[in-house]
Amino acid sequence: MSQATADSGPGGTAASAPQGRELLVSAAPHLAAGRSTRWIMFQVVGALVPLLVMGTVFYGSRAIFLTAFTVGACLATEAIANAIRGRGQASLGDGSAIVTGMILAFSLPPGLNFYMAVIGGAVAIALAKAIFGGLGQNLFNPAMVGRAFLMICFPAAMGVWSEPATVFESLSEVQANGVSMDTAEGGGVDGMTMATPLQADASYLPTLRALFVGQVGGSLGETSALAALLGGLYLVFRGVADWRLVASTLAGAVIVAFIAHWAAPQSYEGPVFHLLAGALMFGAFFIATDYVGAPITPAGRWIFGLGVGVLVMIIRLFGAYPEGFMFAILVMNALTPVIERVTIPTPFGGHVVTS
Amino acid sequence: MIASLLDSVRGLKSFPRGVHPPHRKKYAEAAPIAMFMPTGQLLVPFVQHIGAPCEPIVKPRQQVAFGEMIADASTPMAAPIHAPLAGTTAVGTMALLTNGRRVPAIPITPATEGEILPPDFLARFLGGAYEQFEPSGVEPEEICQKIRACGVVGLGGATFPTHIKLKRNPDKPIDTLIVNGCECEPYLTSDHRLMVESPLPVVVGGQLAAHACGASRVIIAIEANKPDAIEAVRKAAAGRPGIEVAVCATKYPMGGERQLVPAVLGRTIPSAPRGLPLDVGVVMVNCATAHSIARAVVQDAPLTHRVVTVTGGGVVRPGNWLVPLGTRLGELLERAGGGLTEDAVKVLGGGPMMGPTVPNLDVPVVKGTGGITVMTEAETAHWQETPCIRCSRCVDNCPLHLSPTLIAHAVKFRDWDLAARYDMNACCECGCCAYVCPAHIPLAQYIRAGKNQARLMVAQGK
Repeated sequence: MSQATADSGPGGTAASAPQGRELLVSAAPHLAAGRSTRWIMFQVVGALVPLLVMGTVFYGSRAIFLTAFTVGACLATEAIANAIRGRGQASLGDGSAIVTGMILAFSLPPGLNFYMAVIGGAVAIALAKAIFGGLGQNLFNPAMVGRAFLMICFPAAMGVWSEPATVFESLSEVQANGVSMDTAEGGGVDGMTMATPLQADASYLPTLRALFVGQVGGSLGETSALAALLGGLYLVFRGVADWRLVASTLAGAVIVAFIAHWAAPQSYEGPVFHLLAGALMFGAFFIATDYVGAPITPAGRWIFGLGVGVLVMIIRLFGAYPEGFMFAILVMNALTPVIERVTIPTPFGGHVVTS
Repeated sequence: MIASLLDSVRGLKSFPRGVHPPHRKKYAEAAPIAMFMPTGQLLVPFVQHIGAPCEPIVKPRQQVAFGEMIADASTPMAAPIHAPLAGTTAVGTMALLTNGRRVPAIPITPATEGEILPPDFLARFLGGAYEQFEPSGVEPEEICQKIRACGVVGLGGATFPTHIKLKRNPDKPIDTLIVNGCECEPYLTSDHRLMVESPLPVVVGGQLAAHACGASRVIIAIEANKPDAIEAVRKAAAGRPGIEVAVCATKYPMGGERQLVPAVLGRTIPSAPRGLPLDVGVVMVNCATAHSIARAVVQDAPLTHRVVTVTGGGVVRPGNWLVPLGTRLGELLERAGGGLTEDAVKVLGGGPMMGPTVPNLDVPVVKGTGGITVMTEAETAHWQETPCIRCSRCVDNCPLHLSPTLIAHAVKFRDWDLAARYDMNACCECGCCAYVCPAHIPLAQYIRAGKNQARLMVAQGK
């Protein structure tokens, strides 16, 4: 915007114009709806708080420290990347690195070593975001790239899932029992190489209520479907999370789960179990709704979400991994440019006709 | 989505998408139209329409009478200019318009002796003997002739010469004439007040326009936020055949022709730049234009004045004024609006969604100036562009189903072919995309710049 003085021009005897006053000159429109990128990111941060709270209830202060280390690594890496690229540090304030850090932390085993979480956070920002050009330019979801990197580098540690304390045990009792688990090898008694509900056999299957509230093993984001739902629905109603992505992801997963359960009820659990188990709620509301990795076209968003949901369920049921979100998202991210290209909407009056 | 559901439940005509900016019409919607008499010099441009510029037919330092024709063009695609007041001309000069164009103009100093205007001009403007007037009694050619002779152009802002718009084309028959009384821009209330205080000429003008272009019915479209205007127009139209009032949802851009025609009639206009309402059998005129048509045909009154809303948080005294064309904004704001407030930062030649900022206050009021909005620091948005986060709000809110961020970024990186492939030229520049963008990207401005560049390249033969 430039500024111009509003004094009388040549020949002007219309004497009443105010002298020497500065007016702003800028392009229309001159109104804005009032939401900023930073507002959106911090809404997501706020919506993740219920999950953090539940994670702290079940895993103690470890949940907070793990999150803090991951977020700190993300912010630090972004600061370094900004400095290398010669840009100012303004992007640190937009909250996107914090969101990436939290989502990554919530998808890690709670007992993971802090240095591994730091590496994950750093890789997420450096390799999946900064190198592509920063906010809005990344092809792949940075948190999922960080997690994939950790899975490749530390497969054993990433496979350890911890039994949480029940809601009724006090935190100190829980800590006395060694919930401050450090590694899979040493550490407290609760550092079991125990499966999550998705890996378990029928003898261990938790009740649905336990799944919903969160008293089962898993990453911080996996445990409490209720907390994920609360935070996620808040985001949908605030207009932050695109409901099309949420609905299509859940629909895709439910459809595959339903078909599998209908075809072989002994082998596969029903859709309700799958909705509440694992990271499906968390992923549908918080990971699949990442704007940057999804197509911007309406039809494209439906296709993307359906693809994520279907892939998650296929990996869960037939793949080698208990939770399929990471790969489902990364695969669909790779397909996003193509999906977007073929779903560009037709303008309301038809395409422009040139003579 | 919920707003659209509510609209259809309440029986309001609407179109999908669009945005809901704050109305801010409280500033001036209750202010009756008052007469504005300038004391300073007027600056009357010779181009106040789309088409060929007019050439002056008066000399400098000549006495001109009120309503005397002072400029005309020999081509049909033009509308003559008339003296808004009795006075003396000065040497021709250049005028800066609200859209940034510099055009030739002539200054006119109002006469100090005698009447510069016919007496009771405001009463004549708003009133008139229309009750007994029968529009079908006038030949269509005569209607168009009088419209041209009086210099009537589209007063909704596009300033297309009305006699050309109403000319019958045997290849494209017209069945409906829509009078656009929506006034969807925030702040502006000039059309609203005109319909409340002078509804009969609006209705009669609509009938005359329909008769001229061959339409068999007239639909007067008014947004639901103007209940007094709806009632006034309904009463004026009672007893006149072939006229209905369509109450439309209050949203932006309800008054855009590509949204209003689908809303009222359910017909889709083919995309710009080639598609026009007449491709689907519709002609649309602004209600102030309809008013001017009635005055031209019935009273032989040339277009010398128009109703202008002076509004916004940045003027001391918002209101609606009948202003002679050529009045300088500085004088209008100072004497009619009571001056600018301390925190006024922008003066817009129009509303905040599409109105351009004026760079200085010597800009004259012209035929297309429906309102002057003065925005304060707090009222206006500040653009600080940040990266696009691909949130798709612009895609979801574009009334024409375009992908604004894709077009804007193609323009930003000078890829004109890509921008054209994304249907850049279909954009109507309504500004909904930039309004909703959380990254504060000036999307509408990028697209506008891209369209201008494409036009330039076509003109240069590239």
